[in-house]
Amino acid sequence: MSDDATHAGLAPAPVLEIRGLKVTTHASPAKPILEGIDFSIAPGETLCLVGESGSGKSVTSLAVMGLLPKGSLTVTGGRIELEGNALLDASPKRLRDLRASRMAMIFQEPMTALNPLMRVGEQIEEVLVMHQKGLSSTQRRERVLEMLDQVQLPDIERVYASWPHQLSGGQRQRIMIAMALILEPKLLIADEPTTALDVTTQKQILKLIKQLQERHGTSVLFITHDMGVVADIADRVCVMRHGEVVETQPIEALLRRPKTDYTRQLLTAVPSLRPRAAREVTDREIVLEAIELEKRYGQTSRWARLTGRASAQTLAASEVNFALTRGRTLGIVGESGSGKSTVARCVMRMIEPTAGGVRVMGKDIASLGRAALRPHRKRIQMIFQDPFRSLNPRLTIGASLIEGPVNYGTPRGEALARAAELLALVGLPKDALARYPHQFSGGQRQRIAIARALAMEPDVLVADEAVSALDVSVQAQVLALLDDIQRRLGVAVLFITHDLRVAAQICDEVMVMQKGVVVEYGPASRVLGAPEHPYTRSLMLAAPGRHWDFSRFRPLDRVLEETPASASNAAVYP
Amino acid sequence: MFSYCLRRTLAAVPVMVVVALFVFLLLRLSPGDPAAIIAGDMATPAQLDRIRETLGLNQPIYLQFFHWAGELLRGDFGTSLMSNLPVTQLMAQRLEPTVSLALLSIVLSVVVAVPMGVIAAWKHGSLIDNAVMSVSVLGFSVPVFVIGYLLIKVFAIDLGWLPVQGFKRISEAGFGPFIRHAILPALMLSTIYIALIARMTRASMLDVLGEDFVRTAHAKGASETRVLFKHALRNAGVPILEVIGTGFALMITGVVVTESVFNIPGLGRLTVDAILSRDYPVIQGLILVTSGVYVLINLAIDLSYALLDPRIRYQ
Repeated sequence: MSDDATHAGLAPAPVLEIRGLKVTTHASPAKPILEGIDFSIAPGETLCLVGESGSGKSVTSLAVMGLLPKGSLTVTGGRIELEGNALLDASPKRLRDLRASRMAMIFQEPMTALNPLMRVGEQIEEVLVMHQKGLSSTQRRERVLEMLDQVQLPDIERVYASWPHQLSGGQRQRIMIAMALILEPKLLIADEPTTALDVTTQKQILKLIKQLQERHGTSVLFITHDMGVVADIADRVCVMRHGEVVETQPIEALLRRPKTDYTRQLLTAVPSLRPRAAREVTDREIVLEAIELEKRYGQTSRWARLTGRASAQTLAASEVNFALTRGRTLGIVGESGSGKSTVARCVMRMIEPTAGGVRVMGKDIASLGRAALRPHRKRIQMIFQDPFRSLNPRLTIGASLIEGPVNYGTPRGEALARAAELLALVGLPKDALARYPHQFSGGQRQRIAIARALAMEPDVLVADEAVSALDVSVQAQVLALLDDIQRRLGVAVLFITHDLRVAAQICDEVMVMQKGVVVEYGPASRVLGAPEHPYTRSLMLAAPGRHWDFSRFRPLDRVLEETPASASNAAVYP
Repeated sequence: MFSYCLRRTLAAVPVMVVVALFVFLLLRLSPGDPAAIIAGDMATPAQLDRIRETLGLNQPIYLQFFHWAGELLRGDFGTSLMSNLPVTQLMAQRLEPTVSLALLSIVLSVVVAVPMGVIAAWKHGSLIDNAVMSVSVLGFSVPVFVIGYLLIKVFAIDLGWLPVQGFKRISEAGFGPFIRHAILPALMLSTIYIALIARMTRASMLDVLGEDFVRTAHAKGASETRVLFKHALRNAGVPILEVIGTGFALMITGVVVTESVFNIPGLGRLTVDAILSRDYPVIQGLILVTSGVYVLINLAIDLSYALLDPRIRYQ
C-alpha cells in the first residue's frame, strides 16, 4: 500500500472544502469582501469561524448556501465543494435540491427567522413536502413530531400547531434546528445561532447542537464572534479579518499559542469573568437612589372589566432598592425579562413607576409632573445599546451634542465650544463636529453617544447594554473610556448588561435581577466572585468559556464548579 | 377571535350614529327655513306647510332626531321631492349597476395589479420593474374620462367589439350581456386602482423579501414561486388589503364620471341628479348609504386582517 493511500485512509474526504473563494460587491468599482478564503471541514467536525464585524464570516456562509444577496454581492473566484459537488457551478435547481438535504443553515435571530403566518409544524413539514415527495401527510407529520421530540421541545403535539409568536426565542431556535436537521444533512451552518439568546438558553442550545451532531454525524460550520462559545464547542478554529483567513488551528493550540498578533489581540480583549477589585470609596454622596421601586404592566382594561375577565398583570419590577454613590458603577445584571431595563427606564422617568421612589441628588422624582421634572432631567442621562440607531442621521455630530444644553438655555457658541472639548475627551478629532453619523464606525458612534450624554453635565449616566452591540476589541476601548471619564468627572454610572464578563470588568457593585425581583446585591467581587444565590450561580455556570483565562492563554486554575446542590438549585430557576 | 370580531363590530355602531347625526343636522342647521330650502324658490305657502308637517319641524329638535332615526331604522329614508317615490326604492334601483360594476372593477384590479407588483418586487431594479412602475405612473396621471373615451373609440367604434354605452343588469339580462356592457367602464374605473395596488404590492413585497424568514425559506430549498407566493405575499398582505378595501369604497362613491361617460343608471348618476335638483331626502339617504358602505368595508378589512394574521387574532 502506498503512502498516499494510507494518508487518504487517515484523513477522510472533507465534507466541505473552500479554496480561494473571492466575493466582491456588485457596485462599480467593485469592492472586495472576501479575498481568497481557504478552509475545509472533516466529517463530524465543528469548525468555528471567528471574526469581528465586517470580517466576512457571514458572507462566507451565505456563499456556501448560494444565498448571497442578488444584485449586491457576487462570487468572482475560487471553488466550494460539498462532498465533491462543485457548488459554484451548480444550477439553481441543483442548489435548491442540495439545501436542507445535504446542507442546512440556522440563523442568528430566531424571533424573525420563522414565517409569522405559518404554524411551526407546517414550516418544518414544508421541508419534507419539497424534498421527499413520496411521503404521505401522516408520515410527514410523524417525522416532524419525532424531530420536535429530538430537539427536546415539551408537549410536541401542541408545539406542532403553535404559531411562532407563541414560542420563546429558545423554542424558536429549536424549531429552526429541527427544520435544518430533519433530512440529516451532512453540513450544518450555524450563523451566530445563540447570540440573541440568554446565557442559560444559549448553554442548552449549544448542548443540543452537540448532541444532534454526534447522533447524526453532522459537520458544523459555526460562526460566532464570542470567544467563550468558541472555547466551549470548537474542534478547530478559523480566524477571519477583513475578508481573509488569518489563521486556522485546533482549538487548544489557538487558545494557548495564537500564531498571529491579531488572534492574540482578540483573545486579550475578552473580558475576564473574574471581577476586578472595587475602587476605593472617595465620596459617600448618594447621587441616585431607588426605594421600593415597582412597575406593574397591564392595568385592567375597560374591556376586561366589562366582560368580567381576570386582568393579566405583569410585575416587571418589584421592591427594587439600591443606592449609587458619586463616581461608582452599579451593574444591573439579568436575562431578558428580568426587569433590568424596566428599572433603568423608571429611573430615567421614561416610564412611570407604579410605586416607590427614585431620588436623584436627594430629590424624589418618581411622582413629579412633566414640568417639575424638567430641571432634574439633565442630572441623569442615558447611553443606548445600538449606536447605529441612537443618533439622528440627519443631524451633524455638533448639532446632536449641543441640542440638550441649548434646550436648557446654554448659548449656542458656548455649547459648541464645550462639544469640541467633549469630543477630545472621548478621543475623537475636533472636525467630527461638522460630520454626520454615517461617517463613523460603531465604536466611534458610541463615543459620540457618550459625549452627548456628558454634554448635559449629568451626575448619573445610565448605560443600557451600551457595549453589547460592539466587537470585543472596541468594547474594551469603550469600557476603558467610561472608566477614564468616571475618574476625571466623578460621574456615577448605572450599567445595565446581560454580559457577566462586562459586568465583572466595569462594576463596583452588582445587582442581579430575575423576573422583576432582585435576587442578589452587593460588591461585584462577592456577587460574581462567590455567588450565593442559586440563580446567580446558574448564570455564572452558563457563561461560555468560563474554564478559560483568555488574556493569559491558559485555563483558569479556580472555577465555579457545578455541585450537585447548585445543579439541583439551578433547575429550580430555569 | 370572537371577542376581536365583536369588538370591531361594536366599534362601527358609534360611527354610524355620528354620521346619522351629521346628516340630520346638515339640513336643520343650514341657514334659513329647512322647509324653504327643501321646497325651493318656487314653493307656495301651502307646500311649505305640508313639508313642515311631514318633517315634523314643529317639534323640539331632539324629538325630531329620534323620530327621524326611528324611521331610518325601520328602513324609511323619506320621500323624494322630485319624483315622490320613496328614497329607499330610488336607491335600490340604482344600487345593482353601481355595486356590480365596482365589484367587477375591483376583481379586475386585483387580478392584474397583484401579480404585477409581485413580479416588479421580485425583479427589483430590472426592466420589468421599471416598466410596471412607468405604467402605474401613467395610470395615476391620465384623467379617467380620457381613458374612458379612448376605450370607447378603440373597442366600440373602431373595432366594434363592444357596445358604446348603456348597461344591462345581471338580474335581468344575464351575465354575458352584463359583461359586454360593463367591461369597458370597469377597465376605465380600475386604471387608477391597478396603479395604486400594483405600487403598494411592490413596496410591501420589497419589505417582506428582505425579511429573515424569506432567507430561511430559501435556505430550505424552496423555489422562487413558493417563496414569493406562499411565504412573502401573505406577509405583505395587510397593506395590500388596506388599499383594495379603500379602493372598493372609493369606487362605490366615485363612479360618477364613469357612469356619465357610459350612461349607466347607477348611484353616481342618482347623486348628481339629486344634488342638481336639491332633492334633500335623496341626498341624505345617499350620504347615509355610502357612509354605511365605507364602515362595512372597513369592518370587513379589519376582520380579514385577523384571518390573515394569527398575531392579531390572538390579541
